[in-house]
Formats: sequence, C-alpha cells, structure tokens
Amino acid sequence: MSNYIINKSALELKESFLSAEISAEEITKAFLERINQLDKGNINSFIHICDDLAIQKAKLLDSRLIKGEDKAKLGKLAGIPIGIKDLINMMGAETTAGSNILKGHKSVYNATVTHKAISEGAVPLGKLNLDEFAMGSSNETSAFGSCKNPWDVNRVPGGSSGGSAAAVAAKFCPLAYGTDTGGSIRQPAAYCGLVGMKPTYGKVSRYGIIAFASSLDQAGPMTRTVKDNALLLEAMSGYDPKDSTSINTETENYLEYIKNNFETKESLEGTRIGVAKDFTPDSLDDDTKAAFENAIKVYQDLGAEIVEVQLPKIKYSLACYYIIAPAEASSNLSRFDGIRFGTRAEAANLDAVYKESRHNFGEEVTRRIMLGTYALSSGYYDAYYKKAQQARRLIFEDFENAFETCDLIISPTTPSPAFRFGEKSDPLEMYLSDVLTVPVNLAGLPGLSINAGYDSEGMPIGLQIIGKALDEKSIYNAAYAFEQKSGVEVREPALEALV
Amino acid sequence: MATKTKYKTVIGLEVHAQLKTATKLFCKCSTKFGAKPNENTCPVCMGYPGVLPVLNEQAVEFAIKAGLALDCEIDPNCKFDRKQYFYPDLPKGYQISQFDKPICTGGKLTIFNDKVVNLERIHMEEDAGKLVHASEDAADRLHGSDYSLVDLNRAGTPLIEIVSKPDMSSAEEAVAYVKELRKILMAIGVCDGNMQEGSLRCDINISLNLEGEPLGTRAEIKNVNSFRSIARAIEYEYKRQSKLLDAGEKVVQETRLFEENSGKTFSMRSKEDSHDYRYFPEPDLVPLAIEESLINELRENQPELPSQKRNRYVSEFVIPEEAAGIIADDEGLAEIFEKAVAEGVSSTKLANWITGSISAYLNTKEISIKETKLSADSFAEMVKLIEEGTISDNIAKNSIIEELLEKGGSAKAIVERDDLAQITDPAQIEAIVQEVIDANQKQVEQFRSGNQKIKGFFVGQVMKATAGKASPQLINESISKLLK
Repeated sequence: MSNYIINKSALELKESFLSAEISAEEITKAFLERINQLDKGNINSFIHICDDLAIQKAKLLDSRLIKGEDKAKLGKLAGIPIGIKDLINMMGAETTAGSNILKGHKSVYNATVTHKAISEGAVPLGKLNLDEFAMGSSNETSAFGSCKNPWDVNRVPGGSSGGSAAAVAAKFCPLAYGTDTGGSIRQPAAYCGLVGMKPTYGKVSRYGIIAFASSLDQAGPMTRTVKDNALLLEAMSGYDPKDSTSINTETENYLEYIKNNFETKESLEGTRIGVAKDFTPDSLDDDTKAAFENAIKVYQDLGAEIVEVQLPKIKYSLACYYIIAPAEASSNLSRFDGIRFGTRAEAANLDAVYKESRHNFGEEVTRRIMLGTYALSSGYYDAYYKKAQQARRLIFEDFENAFETCDLIISPTTPSPAFRFGEKSDPLEMYLSDVLTVPVNLAGLPGLSINAGYDSEGMPIGLQIIGKALDEKSIYNAAYAFEQKSGVEVREPALEALV
Repeated sequence: MATKTKYKTVIGLEVHAQLKTATKLFCKCSTKFGAKPNENTCPVCMGYPGVLPVLNEQAVEFAIKAGLALDCEIDPNCKFDRKQYFYPDLPKGYQISQFDKPICTGGKLTIFNDKVVNLERIHMEEDAGKLVHASEDAADRLHGSDYSLVDLNRAGTPLIEIVSKPDMSSAEEAVAYVKELRKILMAIGVCDGNMQEGSLRCDINISLNLEGEPLGTRAEIKNVNSFRSIARAIEYEYKRQSKLLDAGEKVVQETRLFEENSGKTFSMRSKEDSHDYRYFPEPDLVPLAIEESLINELRENQPELPSQKRNRYVSEFVIPEEAAGIIADDEGLAEIFEKAVAEGVSSTKLANWITGSISAYLNTKEISIKETKLSADSFAEMVKLIEEGTISDNIAKNSIIEELLEKGGSAKAIVERDDLAQITDPAQIEAIVQEVIDANQKQVEQFRSGNQKIKGFFVGQVMKATAGKASPQLINESISKLLK
C-alpha cells in the first residue's frame, strides 16, 4: 500500500482522496513513514517534521469528505502532502531560514503561500532544508547539516531549495515549495531531475517569505511532473494586497490550457522557440551540451520553429546579480539583531549584543552582507548598485527584443549536473553554477527547469524554458510536450539502497 | 536676540510632523497615543521575518495636502527608500523614508506678514519606536541604566519631515516659523500639533558668520520639542558658537542634543562618526503613481489656511490685524467670534471683548475657550445688551462675562436676576447727582474755581451710589447741567 501511494503523482493522489479510494490520513501517514525511514541521517531534506499537525489536518479533510462536503470546496490540492521550504513562515512551526540566528524561532503568522496551500486542502508535512537564508547553490551552507542528492548522496542536491528538490525526488512529498532568487528552484530541480518553476516576479506573493533579495525573490512549485507543477502554481499564485509588488491578474487554469493545446493538437506548430549562443557558454559539459542539442531536436520534431536570438548583455548577469542581491540582502538581514526574535547572545552592552548575536550568521551569509554593505556605501552606490540596476535594465531589454521573434527561449539550466560535496570551495566557482538561471531573475521573467536526460554517471540534466512575463501557460504547454514526447527515460533514484 | 548681534545667525529647520491617520504608515496598527507598551504592534511594524509593507494611502493624501498648503511641487511619481542604521527602536534595521525623490519639493511659508521662509522639501517616512531606559536610580536612566525596554507602539507611525532652507536668522523667526507651520498643519487637518506627545518635533541647523563673510560651520540640534526649547537652544548655540569664534576657534560640524534642565546643548556625535545611511530604493514598494485628479481635488477642497483666515478677518470684519491674528489662529475663538458676528453684533466690539477680558481670563486660567462654558449666543447677547444701552461695558466686565465663561447661561437672565440694567431715567439720575453735589460742597468749590478734573469725582460718587448702573452719558449731562 505504502509504495502504491508514494509513487502516485499529486493529481492522482487528489483523485484517490476525492474518490474515497485512499483517505488523506493514509496518504499522509505513508509519506511520513517514508520520511522517518529514509530522511534523517541520510538525505536530511526536512529540518522539521510536523507529524501531529499533518495527521490532524488530514483527518479533518477526511471528515469533511465523509460529511459530503462539495468536493470543489475541499480545494485544488485536496489531500496532497506538501513540503515547505524553511524560508517560508508557517504558523506554529519553526521557521529558521536554515540559520542558527533563527534557531527555535516559531512563526507567529502564515505566509500567504502557506495559507493558500492549507486553504486549498494540502497537508504540510514539515519544513525543508535550504542554504542559509537561501544563499548558496549546494545546500552546504545550511546550519542544520547539508541535504544530500537522492540520486547520489555524495553529491549536492543543488540550492538553495535543495531540501525541496531532494524531498520531491525522494518521494517524501509529491509537492514542495521552493524559492528562487538567482536559480534556487531551477538549479536544484535540474540536479534532482524534477520540474521546477520560477514564476514571473509578482505572480506569487512574497508575504511571509523571509526576504533574501526582495526585487528578485519569487516562490514557486517543485514537482516530479509538469501537470503537478501547473496545479501547484495555480493554487499558490494570485494577487495579494499584502505584497505591494504582487501583480493583479486573473488566475489561470494551466491544466485546462495544456488540455486545449498540446493534449489536443499533439504538436507545437506555431510555437517559436529561441536559442541563444549567449546562453550556451563554453563551460558547458559535454553531456549537458548533448542533452540540450537533443532537446532542440525534440522541439523541432514536435513542430516548433527554432529561431536564433541574441542576448548580448546577459554576460553581465552574474556581475550585476552579485551587486544587487547582496545589497538587498545586507538590508533585509539587518533585522536579525538578536533583540526581538531568534538567538540573542548575552553580552555586556548593546554593541556587543549585536556583534555576538551576528556570529550566528554563517560564512556565506556574512560574506554577502559585507559585499552588499560595501556596494551601498556612500561614494560607492553610483559605481555599483546604480550601475548594476542600469545593467539589469539592459538585460531585461535583451529579453524583450528576443521575444519579438520567439515565444519561448530554451537553454541548459546549469552548465553541468550536480557536483560533489566540497567540490566547489571557491565561492566564485560556486556562483558560476547559476550563470544560466540568474538572467531570468534579473529580467523578472518566468523560467522552468525540466529533466532533459542523464549524464554518463546517471545524474539528471536540466533544460530551462523561459517565457514572456506572465506567460507561464506557454512554458507549461511546451514543458508538457517535452515530458510526454522527448523519449527521455523516467528513472528513479535508488533510495532503498541507503537503508 | 532682537538686539543687534556681532554675528549673523543662519538657521534652517527640519520639522517632523506626525500625520493624523488612524493607522500606521505600512500596517493596520492603531496610531493612538497612550496605549500599553507594544499594544499597537503586529509582525509588520515589529519587523518580523518575511513581512512586507503596504502603503497607507491616507498618509499620502495628508502629505499632498501639506505640500499644497505650503506651495510645494508635488511629485506624482515619488518613491520610498531605505535609510539604514542599527538601533533597538528601529525593528527592521532601516527606516522606510524618501531620499532623492520626495513627495514635495520647494514651497514656502510666510511669517511676520512679510518674511518668507523657503522650503527645500517635504518627505514621508515612518517613525521609530521608543526606548525606555530603566534603572533603580533615576539619575542613571539615560546613561548607564541597568537595562532598556523597547516599546514599538510608535514604530511605523507616519511622519512628514518638512525641511526649510536656511532662511531664518533669529530665535524669534524660528519660533514664529514653527508656530505658523503648526497652525497650518492643524488647520488642514493633517497633524494634531500636540508637541507634548511628540506629534511635532524639530531639528535645528544653526551656524554663525560675520556680515559679508561666507556661511559658518553648522551644528545640528536634534529633537527639540517645544517653542520655548527652540528659542533657548538657539540662544545657547549663539552664545556657544560666538564664544568659539571670538576666541579664534572653529565650530565643529556635529550633531548636538538640547538638554532642557540645563538649557545647554551637548555634542552627540561628530561628522566623522555620522552614519552612512546606505540609502537605496525600497524594493518592497513600487514607485507611487499619484493621479493628477487627486491632487486637483485636494487643491480645490483645501480648507482655509491661517493666513487666509487672518486676512479675511481684517477685510471682512474690519478688525485690527493683531486682533485678527489672535482670533483667527485659535479654532475655538474663531468659531465663537464668527457665530456671534452672524447674530448681527458689532464685530469690532466682539473682537475687543475677545482680545481683552476673555483672553485675559483664559491666560490667567491657562485654558482654551473650548474648555469654558461660553456660548456664541450668550456672548452675542451680552454685547447686544451693551450696544442697546441696557447694560454698561463695566457691568458686563465686572458682573457678567466671568459667569458666562464659568457657568454658561444667558446674559439677559443674569441682568434680570441681579438687577443690572442701567438707570436710564434722566430725572432719577438728576436726583442722585443733586444729592452728591449737596454732600460734597468742597469739591463743588474746586470745580467752580476751574478744576475740571474734579468732574470725575462726581461721576464716581454717582456710580457708587447706583452700584455702577447709572448711564455714564446721563451722569455727565446731569453734572454739567447742575454745576453750571
């Protein structure tokens, strides 16, 4: 029974629950059991598991179903377990951002996305591991131990949403929330063979998500299938008056769109897919290059028109990102002073309290605070932050121009598949793993990663599909087409070997 | 300071005014004063992880209103920035303020009828919280206290900062500027003007220089919150800086603190220690897009400004400028005055009463007209009784006005109850005058030998005999007739 449950997609689980084939409690217990067996000491994807809360929520759903409540009212995610990145507030549970400075900090309110998940009938199983304050690409900066890649526990799951990626890949939950500031959803999705979507900036409310770089942060869904992903985005997105940067548009039914498009037409004829030389750097490893070339061929075979586009300014993306993101982070992290919440050091006077409390920030976080503080300092602002914002505008315009001749742009998600722990000890080398995802955040566009094959050692390789602002539906349609017709084998990590 | 001084004083002011909104600038917490510590707080104004600000549109309207009343340019596309520094009363580690694109630029305000003080800008920002330094020993409260408590009730309260150009040159001008500014903000309903509760606070920038020489180095005196303190702080700074300059020393550019008890200012931090606020655009808020129609609507519906009201009083009610100032600037006095005028009583007489007996009474009791029982009706009635000759000015002054102020009621009823009506029968008065003349032959002699001044004595005697009720005009006529 247990395997029967955990192998189902989110949509299938919802169907099983609503048709009273399997109860929400059984579903929840099956996943919790698997987490208890395989996560702790192995994958380490969960920082906190909320067993009692989850079972309580599941039981409530069961009783509502039995009472004959309208099935639509049980929600878009009725009965489906979800994992929540520990950057996102969930009332009553600890929210640590993977940092010692917030160790033991209990959320006093729900993030909008948490509230949405719960009101749509999802069952939150717990909080997922991440790089400290979402700053990292490997999950190695978490204060609660790094999370492992289920495909090879000697490798990183990617970051910062490494826990979310690992948990979904390991079938600890069919759905997970990630957040993406420079690739933190797409890169780990690529490393773990998943579908991960970074929506258009403003599509998903940021309220209640601990801010890293406010003008870049965006939460999004991480799943094993495209349809599950579309389902979760539909449930989590939408205008939120509590977030002034949220966009006021109507919610879209992506599943309906896929059904009326690729599922009906079985072709991508009329879709123009852009490929840019600037998006296929020399540093690409051979297997990644091969998988990407195969993807182009898949799309050609599906009837899409492949067009070459120019994105000459995206080469400035990393430089630009590593000014803007740390600058905003240095400001956003000022509130962690040990005075009102989190860890307060006992010290002789106020300055010492500040200083000692901040020793609870890890090395990477400290580095970025220093970088950002420097970039915003008087006399440097024009040369760094202002310049970076101007460059950002040019990068955005690059995409705008490119989208005049195409509907979607594809690229590899990362230059190479998941690396081994400790392999990238030089921060700059680590930052380069985000070189293909960062431009999308700078431009505020939606981007998705989907599995496009495996390297010679069996590690998954990601394909990135970028769309126009608010055109997530076209991305999903193309991703679904790829998932169904690419012929890329569906493999699973051999997790049971761990026990 | 009104006397001629050796150095020219150059003063610019930054006034922080709390906007009278019901809720805070970026969350829905109440702005009510006097709540229990941390009662008016939520995750947003406490800066909890993950929260976001949402702009209070009422505050923006109030800021626009202030800008319009002060002749500023309104920037419909202004934006917010983060001003960053660390202090436990600043929960986020930054204050959301406006740096290079404030909502209002330019503007001006006139004091003493014709002295124009130009404005640099007005920007919106959120207030910080409050630290309570606790100690067993009261003397240690500020420095070396045992521990400090944080009260975030005030954190996030909307403020506007009104920055003047350095256009003032004396304590009198500075005080007049803040007084006029306060009146304007109160008149347009954007600030309650309560300086004791901190609704209006002021930073003073002051420098001295010799006539014809370049401007001197300035000191900034922070958080002065009463008119008296503004004057004292400026006077102290003049003495301090001029002493330095006289001795050939330099004034240091620094931030200073005014201490009320000693009346002195103390160095808080020098320019070298000054904060680098690392301003950058607030990414959690989008730039504003204020509709032109809103600005026009607010411009059209602008309430009468104090200066407009004063001018109107002079032209419409034909009262002296000084009286117009006293009455128009006080909401309660203005209300009672205008209502009484509407009853058809002489505006000049009403104004005289307000600036005379009534103001004297209010000053002695240290209360405002609104705290008295005087109604516009009974005030108008009393003055009408004088105009008609039913009572004299003196009777009203000595026997009626105080009762109206303290207990209210009708002037006519008091006149009847206490039998205060003037004696207006010439024969009755003549009889009394005759009695006085008969009883004071010596004075009659003096008068007849040319001492006209002695006439006042007779008037006084008659008044005494009639308990002040005799018509002074009739007394005069009688005396003239009988002493011929």
